[in-house]
Amino acid sequence: MFRKLTLTAAVALGLSATAALAAGEAHIEDFDFSFEGPFGSYDQMQLQRGLQIYTEVCAACHGLKYVAIRNLADEGGPALPEDQVRAYAARIEVIDAATGEPRPAIPADKFPESALAEAPDLSLMAKARAGFHGPYGTGLNQLFKGMGGAEYIASLMAGYEEAPECAPADFPGSYNSAFANGGYPEECKDEDGKHTVPGSWIAMPQPLYGDDVVFADGHDADLHHVSQDIAAFLMWAAEPKLDARKEAGFLGVLFLILLSVLLHQTNKRLWAPHKVAAKKSA
Amino acid sequence: MSGIPHDHYEPKSGGAKWLESRLPVLSLIYDTLVIPTPKNLNWMWIWGIVLTFTLVLQIITGVVLVMHYTPQVDLAFASVEHIMRDVNAGHMIRYVHANGASLFFVAVYFHIFRGLYYGSYKAPREVTWIIGMLIYLLMMATGFLGYVLPWGQMSFHGTAVITGLFGAIPFIGESIQTWLLGASAVGQPALNRFFSLHYLLPFLIAGLVIVHIWAFHSTGNNNPTGVEVRRGSKEEAEKDTLPFWPYFVIKDLFALAVILVVFAAVVGFMPNYLGHPDNYLEANALATPSHIVPEWYFLPFYAILRAFTADVWAVQFANWISFGIIDAKFFGVLAMFGAIIVIALAPWLDTSTVRSGRYRPMFKWWFALLAIDFIVLMWAGAMPAEPPYSIIALTGATYWFAYFLVILPLLGVIERPTARPATIEEDFNAHYGKSTDKSAE
Repeated sequence: MFRKLTLTAAVALGLSATAALAAGEAHIEDFDFSFEGPFGSYDQMQLQRGLQIYTEVCAACHGLKYVAIRNLADEGGPALPEDQVRAYAARIEVIDAATGEPRPAIPADKFPESALAEAPDLSLMAKARAGFHGPYGTGLNQLFKGMGGAEYIASLMAGYEEAPECAPADFPGSYNSAFANGGYPEECKDEDGKHTVPGSWIAMPQPLYGDDVVFADGHDADLHHVSQDIAAFLMWAAEPKLDARKEAGFLGVLFLILLSVLLHQTNKRLWAPHKVAAKKSA
Repeated sequence: MSGIPHDHYEPKSGGAKWLESRLPVLSLIYDTLVIPTPKNLNWMWIWGIVLTFTLVLQIITGVVLVMHYTPQVDLAFASVEHIMRDVNAGHMIRYVHANGASLFFVAVYFHIFRGLYYGSYKAPREVTWIIGMLIYLLMMATGFLGYVLPWGQMSFHGTAVITGLFGAIPFIGESIQTWLLGASAVGQPALNRFFSLHYLLPFLIAGLVIVHIWAFHSTGNNNPTGVEVRRGSKEEAEKDTLPFWPYFVIKDLFALAVILVVFAAVVGFMPNYLGHPDNYLEANALATPSHIVPEWYFLPFYAILRAFTADVWAVQFANWISFGIIDAKFFGVLAMFGAIIVIALAPWLDTSTVRSGRYRPMFKWWFALLAIDFIVLMWAGAMPAEPPYSIIALTGATYWFAYFLVILPLLGVIERPTARPATIEEDFNAHYGKSTDKSAE
């Protein structure tokens, strides 16, 4: 219902709304992920590749504190065999809550928190960022593309570019065309204060260059692919029950449609004599 | 109980007679279920059932969520993630509860606008209307309090903004804000009391819903013609009405099922569409989100709140006449609450003796404009407070007040209503007679 309302609003105000898109917008590319749309689900192999990237690159600084290591064995997730999950856990050192001593992790433990204080935890990053807001700020395109959190992460990973010429050489951070919330040099603004280049300067140095990892399945590891794989993995980390949720949603919709049809027929039959009587007397 | 004559319950068995003479609960249930209901009710009369269902849904899912939630500032966010990841079906229960709030407000806005168009607020139903507005206020409070509990960034900074509204009240505002929060800033005392109140208010709503239903069962339902049911005799009343059970129960359940198809699709396929991504970041007092946006159902009134900036002449005039006590911020707060109060005052602001908008040729257009205005305000409330949005919001806010304070009183005087059917039966027969003619052509 609300969709319809906002749609009407968007249509009614289509003309006046164009200004919303101006000024310092970052560039978010629309990747096709397997988990988009009502029937989309996670690609198990992609999640395993993403886990490998997370483990070998991201985990050096970032944490995943809400995700339990045992979840790596979940159906609708990376679905690693139990023994691999145990072996994976054993390589991670955690502080035991009871003894306060470091020990190798077990599957029941959570992933460690960020090692670097200024590196945010990545557990929910894919849901805490929305890549898509349009059209006209209604966010309606999310119906077809998802929230865009995974797109945001993939775009950010692939968005490191050579700093534009307008920027001073010593400007802190790395230029990233997909990052909207970082520092931005005065030199790259026009006379109205509007940004002349997309994105901004991010504190995190470029983490992925392509061929950072060697995938066991021989999958392509160029920047475009690893960016998508890590984004998919972080989407799973943020929304591990996505597959189960869509299945429940699908069943719910089917069941309720059936119920609606039955109730419609009941209602029609119930009211029929009164409507026939009305027709006769009219 | 009802002013419309109808059959009453007669206990037959010995057990029923025994119970009936001690507690007439069976006759209460009977009278409620067979209540004579105008047979010409259209599909806009289904929202009451949707609202009742949603209230129950919210209470049941909420009670389960409370079993796993921890109202402590360091643990609240993590406990929500625990619900999302580890509690059996917890992710579904939470998404149903979060989106259930949206379903609640979608339904209540249709319900309110139904009342505004068909004149359901007019005598003798003013008390039903006022109680309805109280329920709506409590719903808004409950919705806001619930949004605080996940203790995300929007929860935290939204709380600061909303309680800050009370801080705008001259002289005593700051004390009120501190009293509401239990501290000078948003923190543990606020989270604890908001949790307590979020659990309490739905039961107050449930109580008021019973009074709301009691009130309109006493006056009888309004209907699309606004013509009252004939009450001279039971036979006469039966020509205009059908019993609530089974006719309207089945009809309403059908509508509810269709609405739930959409609801299930939202919960299943895009449960975060109506939420805000920033609320998946844990609350952090030191990092304020770039713009704080309330949930969609507050947006029209949030737009009115922000519309009255210091450069609006009405604000400057209020400031001058009150010797500076009313500043732009306080004016905005007054406007926001005023925008809701004028809805509650509609029974006395509307001077027309004709109830239904169907027979009011001029009113129809002003009402349509009000509905559009509501959607425009909702949209403007989500946009940054800068031109052109601020101008759109101000125009929308002005129309909102103009509709209730100027247009409704004037229309009753200058408008010439069209002919109304003499009875509900006539309307019902004309409708089905006509529609079958059409299908025959």
